[in-house]
Amino acid sequence: MNTVTLTPKAKPDLYLEVDNITPDRFAGKTNEEIAALHLYEGSTQHALGKFFDVAGSSGPTAAETKIVIKGDASRLKYIGMKMTAGEIVIEGNADMYVGAWMRGGKIQAKGNVEAFAGTGMKGGEIQIDGNAGNYLGSAYRGDWRGMAGGTIRVKGNAGSDTGYFMNGGTIIIGGNVDVHVATHAEGNGKIIIKGNAKSKVGGQMVGGEIYIFGDLEVPMPTFEYRKDVELEVDGTKAKFALFEGDTAERHPKRKGETIYGKIYMKY
Amino acid sequence: MAEYLIKNGFVFDPAQKIKGDVADVAIKDGKIVKSVEKPKVIDAKGMTVMAGALEVHAHVAGPKVNIGRIFRPEDKLFTYRPTEKNHRMEGGFSIPTTYKTGYAYARLGYTTVMEAAMPPLFARHVHEEMRDTPIIDEGAYPVFGNNWFVLEYLKNKELENVAAYIAWLLRVTKGFAIKVVNPGGTEAWGWGLNCLQVKDPVPYFDITPEEIITGLIEANEYLGLPHSMHIHGNNLGNPGNYTTTLDTLKLAAGHKAKNKFGREQVMHHTHIQFHSYGGTKWADFESKARPIVDYVNKHKNITIDVGFVTLDETTTMTADGPFEHHLTELNHLKWANADVELETAAGVVPYIYSPDIFVSGIQWAVGLEIALLSKDPMRCYITTDHPNAGPFTRYPRIIKWLMSQKAREEQIKAFKANDKVVNASEIASIDRELNLYEIAQMTRAGPAKCLGLASMYGGLKPGQDADVAVYDFNPDKEHKPMEIEEAFSEVKYLFKTGVPIIMDHKFVSEGRKRTLWVDAKVNENPQVVRDVKEKFLKYYTVTEKNYEVVGKHFIPNPYAIEVDATH
Repeated sequence: MNTVTLTPKAKPDLYLEVDNITPDRFAGKTNEEIAALHLYEGSTQHALGKFFDVAGSSGPTAAETKIVIKGDASRLKYIGMKMTAGEIVIEGNADMYVGAWMRGGKIQAKGNVEAFAGTGMKGGEIQIDGNAGNYLGSAYRGDWRGMAGGTIRVKGNAGSDTGYFMNGGTIIIGGNVDVHVATHAEGNGKIIIKGNAKSKVGGQMVGGEIYIFGDLEVPMPTFEYRKDVELEVDGTKAKFALFEGDTAERHPKRKGETIYGKIYMKY
Repeated sequence: MAEYLIKNGFVFDPAQKIKGDVADVAIKDGKIVKSVEKPKVIDAKGMTVMAGALEVHAHVAGPKVNIGRIFRPEDKLFTYRPTEKNHRMEGGFSIPTTYKTGYAYARLGYTTVMEAAMPPLFARHVHEEMRDTPIIDEGAYPVFGNNWFVLEYLKNKELENVAAYIAWLLRVTKGFAIKVVNPGGTEAWGWGLNCLQVKDPVPYFDITPEEIITGLIEANEYLGLPHSMHIHGNNLGNPGNYTTTLDTLKLAAGHKAKNKFGREQVMHHTHIQFHSYGGTKWADFESKARPIVDYVNKHKNITIDVGFVTLDETTTMTADGPFEHHLTELNHLKWANADVELETAAGVVPYIYSPDIFVSGIQWAVGLEIALLSKDPMRCYITTDHPNAGPFTRYPRIIKWLMSQKAREEQIKAFKANDKVVNASEIASIDRELNLYEIAQMTRAGPAKCLGLASMYGGLKPGQDADVAVYDFNPDKEHKPMEIEEAFSEVKYLFKTGVPIIMDHKFVSEGRKRTLWVDAKVNENPQVVRDVKEKFLKYYTVTEKNYEVVGKHFIPNPYAIEVDATH
């Protein structure tokens, strides 16, 4: 695998929209061609080379291309948008929409990422070593098609509205989450919270699963306790209490059985 | 004003019965003329020249469209086109921005567009949006079919009062025609009910859709308006609804058009695709295009537009409030509903016409069957009921399907349940391919006549407005289906009222758009004046003064069509 290194030159005045920073766009291009790809600063179009030094070399395909952003990416939006293969490593913090609508490959953010990471994600892997912002693995504003596949793993905490309209895939959070988890979730997405959760967990949830290892501050009154189950979740064997809901929502039937959203609380 | 000569194009102009002859089109002072002296010459050799097209039915301005824009930010995702010279930013797919609406119609060669449903109370909003839609001339149809005044006058069989009220409302809202949406049913929706048949009673008002439709046809002809009563019938979108549609169409029988505009129909039934369904439930859903088209073919006092399903993700929006609620229960996507005081209501729901769902496939087939079985292209028009069955930007794709059996076969093959689509419709057995003359009838001459605007629009006769579209398409050559779609997606040249708008695919001007409205003069009618005053005092949340659309802010460039209906 070949590596292209992007070193930020100077902090831009405005936030940059860098949806061209993906292995798919970089593959098969020379460093000059990569530097000529465009990005937006507000309404103004610039060449990528204005803000980054481009070094190394790209591979012939996306799968053989790794991109390393060496330095602060906290003013970069849409890193890895719609990427299908290959790898991106962000050495610092990143702004919103990291790996949005991603289909494959891997993104590792060594710092924190802002809101909407993994929006509408369909496949691949995002690893966040720091904290994630709000709306992790969610749907775009107004859309009902949230994260549908792939895996997001956060070592730290996540903000509010994790898995909003989540329809598939897995989100694993090492730390705590803020309010609203899996709101409107449908399908078979899975959210594992190793720390504590606050409130409105599973609100308007039609389908999917939430696992909470720590405490849940305020449970939803519309979830009903069903039974205790022994499970192995992300390498941890334990006893969980299963709650089903959100009973205030419509629930489809599959093979005569009503499908509910499931919340598993670890004892 | 400059003179222009569009030279040597293949001209298709049903208004003069020109069927692709090589000819020149001369433009001077905003009009088509016989000849010009020192023109700027545009070489249209090997290209197709037509008049600017007319849209008879689209939802492109007003509160309902804006609800769609507000509650569907995802519709704009990945659609932005940045500012260019002479061209502002565009955005949106099924509910484009006002600017995109103007530019996108112009790119397709459309120069006149009718907003299909204007709630009178929000006429000001409709006009503000039309004002902000560049290039195209526009008019708007106020909705009457569930209006309390109309229901009360019709119940008492007071035709003169209905007519006087309509004339008043057209004047204060600067409206163009009488639009009827789910007559009685939308009002019933306020009571949690609906009218699915033409004989279903409307709660409280003790009247039936049948009486509303007939009454409004009579009022329309009493006034002699340029357009006819324009109806979206009861029972839209339900399996088996074609019988309701036939009952509705039959109400035109015995009525004759009375007007000075050359219009022959007394009823325009819109998006009839949505009203031509057989079966008893979705599982045995089937096309009933044939009985509907057979009836329309035989009755010259009816015109229709199709409402083609384009197989896209779109946003449905209609004044048919109960239907939208029905739809959100079906697809579980978000729903917005609005009630407009004494006048009407609306609902908005996103919808995906997926080629993987057999119902969508059959709906696609129904639309094409209607157009292909229709014997008179002068009475059957291309629409998508934008954005309900798909965005208007898909018209080139519809033209491709209409002109190429191969294109239809390719689409049928692409359906997941193609056997179900073929069995529930007759689309696979239709080999008719429309020609460009017929397309010009369906998009130019036909709609212009139906709207009563044939003296201005839809043709290239000397004296008509110089709205001219030139497509880079040589009708003498063989074309792959995709080439048809591409050619009609972007005009090479476009003139609006003699002003060059698009030259060599680039916008050069926004022209000076006009707002068309109908100024109908009627006998003084103190009762209607008193009733209006009373309703405003008693029920409306605004005063009469804050209701009227007046002044340059709302209509910077009005064009009034005068009708004398004093009897």
